Amino acid sequence: MLSETFYKLWDAGILQRGVWETIYMTVISTAISYVIGLPLGVILNITDREGICPIHWLNRLLGIIVNFFRSIPFIILMVAMLPVANFIVGTSLGNKAMIVMLVIAASPYIARMVESSLKEVDAGVIEAAQSMGANNFQIITKVLLPEARPSLIMGAVISMVTILGYSAMSSTIGGTGLGQIAISYGHQRFNPDIKWICVFLTVIIVQIIQEVGTAIAHRTDKRITK
Amino acid sequence: MIVLKELCKTYSSASGDVEALKDINLTIQDGEIFGIIGLSGAGKSTLVRCINLLERPTSGSVIIDGEDITTLPRAALLKMRRKISMIFQGFNLLEQRSVLRNVTFPLEIAGVGSQEAREKALGLLKVVGLEEKAAAYPAQLSGGQKQRVAIARALASDPRYLLCDEATSALDPNTTRSILELLRRINQELGVTIIVITHEMKVIDQICDRVAVIDQSRIAEEGRVSDVFTNPKSQIARELILPQDRAALETSGGKKIRLIFDGMQSKEPVISRMTLDCQTPVNIMFADTKDFDGIVYGHMIIELPTDENQAAKVMSWLKNSPVKWKEEA
Repeated sequence: MLSETFYKLWDAGILQRGVWETIYMTVISTAISYVIGLPLGVILNITDREGICPIHWLNRLLGIIVNFFRSIPFIILMVAMLPVANFIVGTSLGNKAMIVMLVIAASPYIARMVESSLKEVDAGVIEAAQSMGANNFQIITKVLLPEARPSLIMGAVISMVTILGYSAMSSTIGGTGLGQIAISYGHQRFNPDIKWICVFLTVIIVQIIQEVGTAIAHRTDKRITK
Repeated sequence: MIVLKELCKTYSSASGDVEALKDINLTIQDGEIFGIIGLSGAGKSTLVRCINLLERPTSGSVIIDGEDITTLPRAALLKMRRKISMIFQGFNLLEQRSVLRNVTFPLEIAGVGSQEAREKALGLLKVVGLEEKAAAYPAQLSGGQKQRVAIARALASDPRYLLCDEATSALDPNTTRSILELLRRINQELGVTIIVITHEMKVIDQICDRVAVIDQSRIAEEGRVSDVFTNPKSQIARELILPQDRAALETSGGKKIRLIFDGMQSKEPVISRMTLDCQTPVNIMFADTKDFDGIVYGHMIIELPTDENQAAKVMSWLKNSPVKWKEEA
């Protein structure tokens, strides 16, 4: 029975640990990915031909690097980047290494998300700020990022859910979390109940991330008049 | 004083070069309201953006208060821009900031302390009549209110010049009037020189002292509004002043005469006198009069009868009358 299996795993503390590890990996990876992806997205946006600081070669160069990493399927990128993880965190096993992998995969993705969110900011508003004598740094910090805030938050939600999906995949090469439970307890021991329990829990986590994120985006969007 | 000297702007694109401005020479005096009128695509938006160098002219100079700003280093240019504020057709308010924080925005950029900025912004919101909306967000305001906020924001840096790029084109006639009144008040009370870009003659009529008509990237005509209005020399100025609907000027074949009234004559019953003297009916096809500084100016297009004798009678009457007139093509 499904519920029996559930309680068994719960009492053993396996599910709690799985949920915690999944959330931990997702949140930490998203945060680090934003530290890299957000500035990258800003640079992609401002160096664009239509941007406030067009630098063609830089835009092209970053665009090519970003596209390179984005075109490699995560499962392959993961295996290919094991030596990089080993170099950065001293191990190619466990969640530390998996976080490195997730960051390598997610940062370019986030850079594109940020770039497109910033593109939504009305060019007229940027022009207004320029007419007031704002420098580029002020335009980024006081116009682009604040004006794109709701869209950036929605982008972060999508990125987080994607990273959560990647984190489950990382269990194939030694990551932990719900993905690992589904594979090693469910798939490899022929126990479909465990697989379904993991799916169910993942769905709940995704729903919570989505709902909370959407609520924050709406709450902080001043264009919505209540 | 703003002096534009031999200003040219060329955009190069894959499909060839586009000349947006050709040899523009203009002088805008301190304290005046200067209008720049033209049809869409004439180059007026490019022209106004060359004044604060949002667009870099390809050649020529922009001299503001004696200084050629095209040669300024970037930091000095950014500082110079605080003297030249701008308002826009689309208002361009920061949607995620409250009205008050929109008005403090230029002060924030200039590094003014937040308390001082706040007080100044509240004062400016009072000037534009929106002090009770300080905590509201742009999305909660009407178009006219948004433009008022934009004007308050433009005034925050104590500018000497205010550029208005089609600032009333998105507003209804009543709101347009009140925004124009506000601009005039700002011009008179704060001494801000205002440059108005528009495609609407009524905007020029209502607030401008002088006007430049721009057509096909060039200045077609320039002068006092009353002069240009009563005696437009260029084809484009006539088109802008006369009815846009050319079909309305379809005649039944008679000669078209444009009568020009310049204050004195508009009080005289000219048409009645003419028809009575000549015993000939004339068809009034178009008439428009305006009030400039208490003096009435205007013009009227009449069609003469197709009968040549009758037409000749009117023509000779006109030749002997003090009325200014011109044969229309």
